[in-house]
Amino acid sequence: MTDFRAAAKGAAARIAACEGKGTHAFLAWSEAALLEQADALAASPAAAAGALAGEVVAVKDVIADATFTTTCGSKILEGWRSPFEATAVRRLREAGAIVAGKTACDEFAMGSSTEWCAYGPARNPVEPSRVPGGSSGGSAAAVAAGAVTMALGSETGGSVRQPAAFCGVVGIKPTYGRVSRYGLVGFGSSLDQIGTFGKDVASAARLLAAISGRDDRDGTTLDRIPLGEPGPAAASLAGTVIGVPREYFPEGLHAGVHEATRRALERMKELGAEVRGVSLPHTKYAVPTYYIVAPAEASSNLARYDGVRYGPRDGGVADVRAMFRSTRGRGFGPEVRRRILLGTYVLSAGYYDAYYRKAQRVRELIRADFARVFGAGVHALFTPTTPTPAFKFGENVADPLAMYLSDIFVCTANLAWVPALSLPIGRDAGLPIGGQLIGPMEGEGTIIRVAQALEQALDAAAEVR
Amino acid sequence: MTWEAVVGLEVHVQLLTRTKMFCGCSSRFGDPPNTNVCPVCLGLPGALPAPNEQAVRLAVRAALALGCTVHARSIFARKNYFYPDLPKGYQISQFEEPLATGGALEIVSPERGPLTVRIKRLHLEEDAGKSFHDRVPGKTAVDFNRSGVPLVEIVSEPDLRSPAEARAYLTALKQVLKYVEVSDCNMEEGSLRVDANLSIRPAGSSELRTRTEVKNMNSFSGVERALTAERARQIAATERGEKIEQRTMLFDAGSGEVRPMRSKEESHDYRYFPEPDIPPLVLSEAWRAKEAQALPELPAAKRERFERSFGLAAAESAVVTATAAIADYFEGFAAKLGANAGKEAWNWVANDLLSLSPDGETIPLPADLAAEVVELVRSAKVSRQAAKRVLAELGAAPADTALAVAQRLGLLQVSDTGAIEGWVWQTLDAHGAEVARYKSGETKLMGFLVGQVMKRSAGQADPKVVNAALQKALKD
Repeated sequence: MTDFRAAAKGAAARIAACEGKGTHAFLAWSEAALLEQADALAASPAAAAGALAGEVVAVKDVIADATFTTTCGSKILEGWRSPFEATAVRRLREAGAIVAGKTACDEFAMGSSTEWCAYGPARNPVEPSRVPGGSSGGSAAAVAAGAVTMALGSETGGSVRQPAAFCGVVGIKPTYGRVSRYGLVGFGSSLDQIGTFGKDVASAARLLAAISGRDDRDGTTLDRIPLGEPGPAAASLAGTVIGVPREYFPEGLHAGVHEATRRALERMKELGAEVRGVSLPHTKYAVPTYYIVAPAEASSNLARYDGVRYGPRDGGVADVRAMFRSTRGRGFGPEVRRRILLGTYVLSAGYYDAYYRKAQRVRELIRADFARVFGAGVHALFTPTTPTPAFKFGENVADPLAMYLSDIFVCTANLAWVPALSLPIGRDAGLPIGGQLIGPMEGEGTIIRVAQALEQALDAAAEVR
Repeated sequence: MTWEAVVGLEVHVQLLTRTKMFCGCSSRFGDPPNTNVCPVCLGLPGALPAPNEQAVRLAVRAALALGCTVHARSIFARKNYFYPDLPKGYQISQFEEPLATGGALEIVSPERGPLTVRIKRLHLEEDAGKSFHDRVPGKTAVDFNRSGVPLVEIVSEPDLRSPAEARAYLTALKQVLKYVEVSDCNMEEGSLRVDANLSIRPAGSSELRTRTEVKNMNSFSGVERALTAERARQIAATERGEKIEQRTMLFDAGSGEVRPMRSKEESHDYRYFPEPDIPPLVLSEAWRAKEAQALPELPAAKRERFERSFGLAAAESAVVTATAAIADYFEGFAAKLGANAGKEAWNWVANDLLSLSPDGETIPLPADLAAEVVELVRSAKVSRQAAKRVLAELGAAPADTALAVAQRLGLLQVSDTGAIEGWVWQTLDAHGAEVARYKSGETKLMGFLVGQVMKRSAGQADPKVVNAALQKALKD
């Protein structure tokens, strides 16, 4: 019999310890809310028998939840209490899990370090002078700090895998449509997908299994049998073909990252996998394509924050246009404003064909690259998750391009809708390094199986050089 | 120079669904403000739209009724602009790849007679909320009950040549949409809204000049008046040598004038792009075929059939097919009157029964009661004149039989020859002098004598029987 109260109390103590060290993984949490949820679950026989009974799960603040505030890390939603909860949150509660609280993220998930969180950044628990990555940095940090064993994040362009790599935890971005987006505050709707963090592959995979499946409230969800629970780690990868795309190993790749991936590939060979060099020739267009599609959709998705129905409103102005301008000008931070401007520009009359339409065509080519490789017998691709380990606070804030390039290896999977995960594969100078497995459409099962085998065969805490 | 107008219309029609386009909220009109709302139609953070199948079905019905090609695949798009009553900051509509294209509507132009107006496209979209600028002093109040209510936009080609033709098009469009029960097309409640595009050119030329868009019209007659004003404005400006600028004009129903919208208000770049939250709308061939088969007989087909089956002229047929309910009534009524009674039925419906209708949409008097009245006239129990009063009375209280009403109103005719012959002999006795004059050739006195007999019968004798009886008596 699950002791929900004990689980809640234990989690409260661990969260308090995590936050006491200045991690700032959470924007909202309380012991009272944890205990209240525990009591409600204890009264529900279904929850007690659920797949996640007694698990405590942290939730990124861009995912709507009726227990805590949902601010999206933005001043424009300061104090916003959603009257409904996201389908993913409802499902994890139905599976018997307790929501730990809401985690820090870059404002509206736009950023790669949580430095754009309007309520202050989260810190990397492994090395507090380093960023935890982003945008789901708070969720990654909460898992890395041991406050929780699982967390929900969201991805538009690598926002789960990149912080997972930086913090030394596991992060899974499922196939587009695997998890309902109902209640996930929209950023780039054709790219957005809720993802999961875990202290190990099985934890992240279990959480994903609990929240996946068709939802009539989100017409883009896949009408498939939901993912099952992960099995035990396989001792062999015999018969598995791992593709290594050369475009993900550019000249001058960080030496530690390079060495860590080489070592991981060796382990996979030792486990019996066939490792094969492949090419995804349109990879170089991924970042520019992403920075047209995502801001375009964001400029529209963020239009609703106008001060009319919710959120703070600047009412001390002459007319409604001025109210919109002032409310939005004050409510949004610089990165969000930059992307709204960029997105508005690429959708404008006269520029649409040159930017948005062309980006959609390039996106098809990127998708076709993956389809071709997976069609030719490759079961999964292996790459570094990020070009470098976690960077320092302030290092990239003044240089948006450098910040954007930290997502160069992860944003392709979002553009192509394929599933991908990051798992820790070693450390360099104490900083975690992540390895990425990318699967074909709906191939979560394959990359989870490979990741579990690799996880068992590797010492991820060891220095790689 | 003689000028002609070139007019195309964009008509927004609210679909008769129980719920909204993308959520389960009621789409009912007139409920207290902000009572039919939810996270989806309020655009709360994280809410997503889920298309309403019934709205798609009704839009497809409208498209099929207008002869459009309904596409196997269409896509939703976002139309982006800021307005307080637009909760998401964009309207979900269709832009590239609409639901349906390429239809036609038969209309009767007051100037050119019957003609075909091409329909360019028909697409699905959601409505915005409603702003009230006069409820709270110095503030704007917004009601989101209408937010997300399903609409179709029907865009015509610029095939209309006058304000009166525009009105005829709207009348015909409304008729078709009501026949297929897609919308109630009530302009006062806003379930049908019209924007018009108008340009002028020398009569007979085929060029297309710069057009203006005319908005803010609240009735079909308002559309005609607004376009008449805009046509006059463009002709006057052109004849003064001015250029027509492409812009939006607002109609003021009070003054009957059009004035330009402030250019700031109309400089919209809607930044349309495919709606990423909704997958393409895919409609199978079989589903579309089923919808096409489920369509009722449309007004044009019905008119033609009535002309053939009942021997009606085109204009006559139009009267009794004004609505599906009237057409059904006419058919049922004609059947009750017996074979070959089409024309007789038409006379009753057009001259007597339609005037009982409060709204011109239905006839309140049951057809079998109306047929009873016809039978009273046929059997000479009431006169054709008196029948009108019986119908009116029955219309108000249809519980009685026609005979009972005629009796109560004292409208029954006496055609009993015995009684009438009695009155005739009494009359001839009382008016010996006139009888003598009649017999000596003054035949115009017949009228006087009939009048006297009618008087003795207190107006209830059947005049035909009286006439015959008098003729017979005077011969003897």
